[in-house]
Amino acid sequence: MPKNNCIIEVEELYTQFGNHVVHENIGLCVQFGEVLTLVGGSGSGKTALMRQMLGLETPAQGTVKVFGEPLRGRNRQQIQNMRNRCGVLFQKGALFSALSVYDNIALPMRELRTLDEDMIRDLVMLKLEMVEIAPVHANKMPAELSGGMIKRIALARAMALDPELLFLDEPTAGLDPELSEGFVKLIKTMQSELTFTIVMATHDLDTLVALSDRVAVLADKRLVALGTLREVIHTQHAFISNFFCGVRGRKTLENNSIL
Amino acid sequence: MMAEIQGSNSPMVLRRVTGADGIPRVIVEGNCTLTALGERIRPIAAELSEYATTPELQWDLTQIARMDDAGAVLLWRGWGNQRPRYLFLRPEHERLFDRLEETWTPPSKVAPDRLWPIMVLGKAVFLLWEHLVGLVILMGQLVLEIKYLAGRPSRIPWREISANLYRTGAQALGITALVGFLIGVVLSYLSSRQLQIFGAHIFIVNILGISVIRELGPMLAAILVAGRSGSSMTAQLGVMRVTEELDALTVMGIPHSLRLILPKVIALGLAMPLVVLWTSAVALIGGMTVAELQLGLGYKFFLSRLPDAVAVSNLWLGLGKGIVCGMAIALISCHFGLRIKSNTESLGEGTTNSVVTSITVVIIIDAIFAVIFSDVGLR
Repeated sequence: MPKNNCIIEVEELYTQFGNHVVHENIGLCVQFGEVLTLVGGSGSGKTALMRQMLGLETPAQGTVKVFGEPLRGRNRQQIQNMRNRCGVLFQKGALFSALSVYDNIALPMRELRTLDEDMIRDLVMLKLEMVEIAPVHANKMPAELSGGMIKRIALARAMALDPELLFLDEPTAGLDPELSEGFVKLIKTMQSELTFTIVMATHDLDTLVALSDRVAVLADKRLVALGTLREVIHTQHAFISNFFCGVRGRKTLENNSIL
Repeated sequence: MMAEIQGSNSPMVLRRVTGADGIPRVIVEGNCTLTALGERIRPIAAELSEYATTPELQWDLTQIARMDDAGAVLLWRGWGNQRPRYLFLRPEHERLFDRLEETWTPPSKVAPDRLWPIMVLGKAVFLLWEHLVGLVILMGQLVLEIKYLAGRPSRIPWREISANLYRTGAQALGITALVGFLIGVVLSYLSSRQLQIFGAHIFIVNILGISVIRELGPMLAAILVAGRSGSSMTAQLGVMRVTEELDALTVMGIPHSLRLILPKVIALGLAMPLVVLWTSAVALIGGMTVAELQLGLGYKFFLSRLPDAVAVSNLWLGLGKGIVCGMAIALISCHFGLRIKSNTESLGEGTTNSVVTSITVVIIIDAIFAVIFSDVGLR
C-alpha cells in the first residue's frame, strides 16, 4: 500500500520528445483526498505529465506509481482494476460520437459485467442529475449538444464508476465564465460529497483558486514550486510572478482574498 | 486517512441482529462502494430484497465506512425504490438517498410499433429520393461553377486539379497494372485452351482484343479506382466535416463545390481514361505473353493482327466509359462525403455506402453503354 498517503508518486521523471527535453528530474506526490493543480506555460509539459500519470505515455526515465504500484509491469487484471479506480475528463470531452449520452455514461458500467441493466439505468440517471443534465437529453447524440453540456456529460462519464482518483485536463477551457463557475462549483460539491483525489491541469486562474488544495508549477523543464497557493505565490520565479502577479492574476487573487 | 485507503477493500456485510428491545434490525457494515462490491453485487442484492420483505425491520447504516452512488442505488433497489420505515443514516449519506428520492422515476414502457415494415420501406424510398436530388443539385452546382470559371479563367483551381490527378491517376498505376496483367494472363490462358481444341489459335487476338479493350480494361480500372480513390475522397470530405474544416472554408467565402468537388471531378474525368488505357495495355501484354507460351503466337503477329480484329471504335468506347465512370465516381464520393455528420459512425457508414454505390453505378453505366452502343465496333 502507498507510503506517506501518496496516491500518485512521480520519481526522477525525465521526458523527451526526439531531441526536445520536456521534463528534467521531476518528483511529485499526490496525496489522498487533495486537489492538486498542475500549472505552467504552453509547452511546459503539463499535459505530458498528466498523460504519463494515466499511462498513456511512458517517460524516458523514472517511475510513476499509481495507488502505490508502478504503472509498468502490471498484468491485464491489475491494469483493469487500476483503470476502474480512475476517472478522466479530457479537454474536449472525448465522448464517443457513435453512442448516445446515456450509452456513453453506461459504457464503463456495462464493461464491469457485474451490474444489471436496471441498476445501470438508475445509476446513469443519478449521474446525469448530479451534473444537472435533464433526462430528456439522455437519448441525444454528442454531436447535438453544446460544448458546456459535452463537458458536463464527460464529467458524468468520468464519475461513472465513482473513482477514487479523478484527472481533469483543462476542465473549464472553452466554457463561458458563468458556465465555468458552475462547473467548478459542481466539481467542488462532488468532491465534498464523495471524497476523491483530483489531479488537474489548467490555465484558468479562477478555477485554480477555487479548487486547488496544492499547486505544482512546471517551468524551465522542472517543478519550480509545489505547495499551497499562498506558499507558491511567494516563490521567486519569473513564471510565477508573471502568472500570478500580473494584472489578471493579481485581480483574481485579491478577489479571493489570497493576497 | 490511512485507514480509509487500506479499508477500501473490506467488503460490505449485512448482519441481522435482535436488539435489546426485541426489535429485529439489519446492520450494514464495511465499504458500500462499487470497487469493494465487485462480483458480490448480485448475492448482496438478493439478500437485501429478502430482508426488505419484512417492513418493520430497522436498518442501521451508521456502520458503513464508505458509500458511493452505486452502493446507494444497490440499497435503494433492494428496498424496492423507497426508504424503509425505520432507517438510521449518517448525515453525509443522507444526501445520497435524498438525491435518489428526487431522481427516481419508474421506467417508461415503449409501445411496440406494428407499422415498422412500412416505416422501414418508406424511409428507404425517401432516402433514395434524397440521394438522387442531392446528386442532381451537386451536378447543377458544378455546371454553375464551370460557367463562373469560364468568365474568370484565372480562378480555375489548377493546383487542386493537378494534385488530384496525381493522387487518383499516377498513384493508381501500380495496382491497376498488377490486376490488369493477371486478368490478361488468366483470360488468355483459359481461352487458348479452348481454342486449341478447335485449332482456332488465331482468334485469341479477337477474344483478347475485344474483351479487354471494350469491356474488361475500363471495368477493372473503374472498380479499382472506385475502391481506391472514391473511398479516400469520401473519407477526406468526411474528416473535414468532423474537424469543421468545411465550415472554415465556407466562412472564408471559398465554396466547397469550386475548390473541393470540381477539381476532383475534373481530375478523375481526366485520369480515368488514361488509367483505362494503361490497364488495357498491360492486360493485353499479359495476354500476349501467355499466347506466345501457350499457342506459339509471336508478339509481332499479335500486334499486327490486332487492328484488323478490333475496330478502333472499341478503344474510343472504352475511353468514353472511362471518362463517364471517373466523373460519376468522383461525384458520388463527394456527395456521400458531404453528407457525413460529425461523428465516427457516420464516417465509416458514409465511406462504405460511397464505395458500394460507386461500384454499382459503374456497372450500371457499363450496361447502359452496352445497350446504346450495341452496334458500334462489333462485326
